[in-house]
Amino acid sequence: MLPRTVAFCAQFMQLRLWCALTRARAFRFWNAMSPDPNTLPTTEKRAPVTGAGMLLGVRKVSVLMPGVIVFAVAFGAAASAKGLSFLETMLMSAFVYGGVSQLVAMEIWRPEWSWGAIAGLAVVTATVNARMVLQGAALQPWFAQYPKTLNAFHLFFFTDANWLIGTRYQAEGGRDLGVLVGAGIALWAVWVIATGGGYMLGALVSDPRRYGIDLVMPIFFAAMIVPLWRGRRGAVPWVVAGLVALVTAKLVDGYAFIIVGSLAGAVTGAFRDDAA
Amino acid sequence: MTLPDPGTWGAILAIGAMTLATYLCRVAGVALMSVIPLTPHVRRGLAALPGSIVVATVLPLIERLGWTAALALLVAIGTMILRRSELLALLTGMAAISALRALCF
Repeated sequence: MLPRTVAFCAQFMQLRLWCALTRARAFRFWNAMSPDPNTLPTTEKRAPVTGAGMLLGVRKVSVLMPGVIVFAVAFGAAASAKGLSFLETMLMSAFVYGGVSQLVAMEIWRPEWSWGAIAGLAVVTATVNARMVLQGAALQPWFAQYPKTLNAFHLFFFTDANWLIGTRYQAEGGRDLGVLVGAGIALWAVWVIATGGGYMLGALVSDPRRYGIDLVMPIFFAAMIVPLWRGRRGAVPWVVAGLVALVTAKLVDGYAFIIVGSLAGAVTGAFRDDAA
Repeated sequence: MTLPDPGTWGAILAIGAMTLATYLCRVAGVALMSVIPLTPHVRRGLAALPGSIVVATVLPLIERLGWTAALALLVAIGTMILRRSELLALLTGMAAISALRALCF
């Protein structure tokens, strides 16, 4: 009961971060993502990666820190309850660095490992984190201007929060990749430190449901629909995405519904020639 | 020849496997799009993607959490329409769900 509740809650927290960022200016990024080839950065010269950009990234990500800390503490507490050593807990936060997948891993964690169990864990992790594939794809036109080694480096720190920060920054005309690098490293450091704190505090998380903490993410998501709204025509892909996700959630266990639904929405958008 | 048993290194290897899987997810989309040409269709698809991710994530969760959650979300959306403040929407939504759960369970 408890691990499920914790995982549920934590999933919401992470996704909440992801959407909290779009805030009032979400519609602007929506505008900028509209299919006008001239506004897309593919043809522009790449901007330098600056220290000022990295500081800006730290500033942009700082509003998310409270949520990240709560989430990381929840993971640290869950890990200590599951019997992971302090070192293992810290290694997981430092290297995996994917909150939802880490909490899901806590549910299937075991004292003894076979190669099959390890492979199974890798598959579950990939499923939970598959949304990163889509998020990365959405930002690829920007990344493509930079060297592969730099992209390989900063993508290690790529999260929901980074995706949002990057998407919005770019939509506002920003091109300095340092913003993503700075935001990514700052968030990573806080994530790792707060994990350690949570491990020390242990079973702090009692019943998140009672105070509605498990609803934090859905509330932010629902609220985000309001600034994203651009009339009924623009919402057609969302409706398709939602319906497909509902059906998928009924048929398939786990988190596949996010990917299947999102792709259905994207495909719908792709083939609506009159899309706003 | 068979692999030696993971043994005492099992947990570390499991973390390594998770690390690899996650990193591959992080780079896969970028790598994939660098070989897919950005045609108008692909652009429109990418444009519809963010909103679709949002809706596809939240709808099944509402469905799983029940009508009290749905009601709380409507309260939050209403707050958002009236005030355009995420923080206020969060507060009213959480107040609604806490009250509903206290009354109904």
